[in-house]
Amino acid sequence: MSALVEVAGLVKTYGTGGAATPVLRGLSMTLERGEMTALLGPSGSGKSTLLTILGTLMKPTAGSHRMLGQDLVAAGDSELTEFRNRHIGFVFQFHNLLPDFTALENVIFPTAVRDGRETTAARARGRDLLVRMGLADRIDFPSANLSGGQKQNVAVARALMNSPELVLADEPTGNLDRASAAQVMALIAQINRDEGTTFLISTHDERIAGLCRRRITVADGMVADASGGG
Amino acid sequence: MPYALKIALRYLTSSKAQTALLVLGVAVGVFIFIFMSALIGGLAEFILARTVGDLSHVTIEAEDTDPPILITPAGHVLAVTERGRARTATLAEAATFIPLIEDVPGVIAVSPQITGAGFLTRGAQIAQVGVTGLEPGRESAILNLDGYMIEGSSRLGTGMVVLGQRLADDLSLRLGQTLRLEASTGVASLLTLGGIYKTGNGRMDGNSIFVSLSTARTLFMMPQGVTRIEIKLSDLNAADATALRIRALTGLDAVPWTEGAEQLMEALRAQAQTGYFLKTFALITIVIGVASALLLSTYRRRPEIGIMRAMGAGRAFVVFVFVAQGGLIGLLGGVSGAVLGYLALLPFPTREAFRPGSLPLDITQGSYGLAITLTVIGAILASILPARSAARVDPVTAIGQ
Repeated sequence: MSALVEVAGLVKTYGTGGAATPVLRGLSMTLERGEMTALLGPSGSGKSTLLTILGTLMKPTAGSHRMLGQDLVAAGDSELTEFRNRHIGFVFQFHNLLPDFTALENVIFPTAVRDGRETTAARARGRDLLVRMGLADRIDFPSANLSGGQKQNVAVARALMNSPELVLADEPTGNLDRASAAQVMALIAQINRDEGTTFLISTHDERIAGLCRRRITVADGMVADASGGG
Repeated sequence: MPYALKIALRYLTSSKAQTALLVLGVAVGVFIFIFMSALIGGLAEFILARTVGDLSHVTIEAEDTDPPILITPAGHVLAVTERGRARTATLAEAATFIPLIEDVPGVIAVSPQITGAGFLTRGAQIAQVGVTGLEPGRESAILNLDGYMIEGSSRLGTGMVVLGQRLADDLSLRLGQTLRLEASTGVASLLTLGGIYKTGNGRMDGNSIFVSLSTARTLFMMPQGVTRIEIKLSDLNAADATALRIRALTGLDAVPWTEGAEQLMEALRAQAQTGYFLKTFALITIVIGVASALLLSTYRRRPEIGIMRAMGAGRAFVVFVFVAQGGLIGLLGGVSGAVLGYLALLPFPTREAFRPGSLPLDITQGSYGLAITLTVIGAILASILPARSAARVDPVTAIGQ
């Protein structure tokens, strides 16, 4: 069976000419289905750029990027948007919720965008996810009124809404206190176990990395070390 | 409800004060548009009513034929017949055509007339006058003679004459006095002053007199036919088309009032163009207002747009969200402005009750539907630039803000 994600010879350079700054320098890696992988590396090593490319929010300067067997380098903008909506979930460091929407409305956003309207089924799944995240009493709360931990839990629920094969988390606990961080990571680990969702979590925190079965360390735009997993 | 429309509504309701101000700005623009439409339209109506309202909208006039000339093949004129003193140009078949003309759609009155010139004498005083013979009972068919009477009656019995206040003053006339009218044919008749009118038109009040058609027949030696048929229409703007129709129907040379009224038409066109300019400026103000407000909103919501894009919202979705906001602002502002405009115009008199000195605002010419439609279209067009700008937001950069 082929890997969920395959990147090979990934190069990303910002700017051109004399101002060209290479960030990824021929990075290659794979992610298997159901893996929970920690992406480690110092600041500026290219972790965020890698997540951005894997999330189809940016294209590499060179190299190949395939997911679910589809060549994502050759795909157009609208194709990538649809692919991202159906197969990839995001959890950002700063939750990035829509402030004018309630917790539930934020969670069901990816499905509503896909369907063009808010369906009863989507609302039911959104409620279920929020209950699993321990936010049963915050379902219809304006997202701006939630605590940092609650916001991040809503962001995790939103990332899972369309049952994506891959969830990319960029420092998901970087902005949380220890208790909230532990709660968020426990939820992620549980979802990984229960639903087999693949997680790639960028972190500096060894404790978080310790919760992952596989570690990929990036240094100077290349995979410096990969351990664990299949 | 389409999801993008829900997002657009949420954005508008989440900044209530800003949205209210924006809608108010659009409403003021629409109010100006409607007010200008009502003013320009009302003014045109007023001017037309004052200038053309009392005139014949379509006129059929007998044309004088040239006097016979005896001419040699070499071109020498041997003899010319002198034009007779009696009017020779007549619409002899008028009695046949009038029922046909009355049946033409839009025709509300037909007035057969005999016109000519004469001298009115009262003692030693003499005045040159234009004489119009009208059919009794149709005195006010074209000119609202009855409405202008200040003394006596407009009723034109045999041997009665009705004339203007200025002429009455010039000849020191009073009701019931006897006058001598000598027509250009040389035929004279003694007439009794039955009524005095005042139209406000100095030339008419000082020169025009009205007698019955039978009196005019005697004066102008015209035992049958008429010299002129005046026709009034329900819509004076339909004069050109109706004149063509009457021409086709009767073969007579029917002339609409617009022929020979070029200056008036030009003035009305210039006035209408001024109105178009003012209304265009109002629309431009709306478009600029909506575009700038939405551009600001686009800038303020860049991170959210980035999140939406990252969550799988396509560029078209983002464009729709912002265009829908523009459309909703245009619709709300347009309807509010139209309602405000209508309410503001309500206290003004209707077009039938326009009086000199008052502002001739015609509430029926507010162009409410047009104002709302143009505003919505303008607001949608105004939102396209911000919408395209929003759709181009790079999610990576925006989320990182």
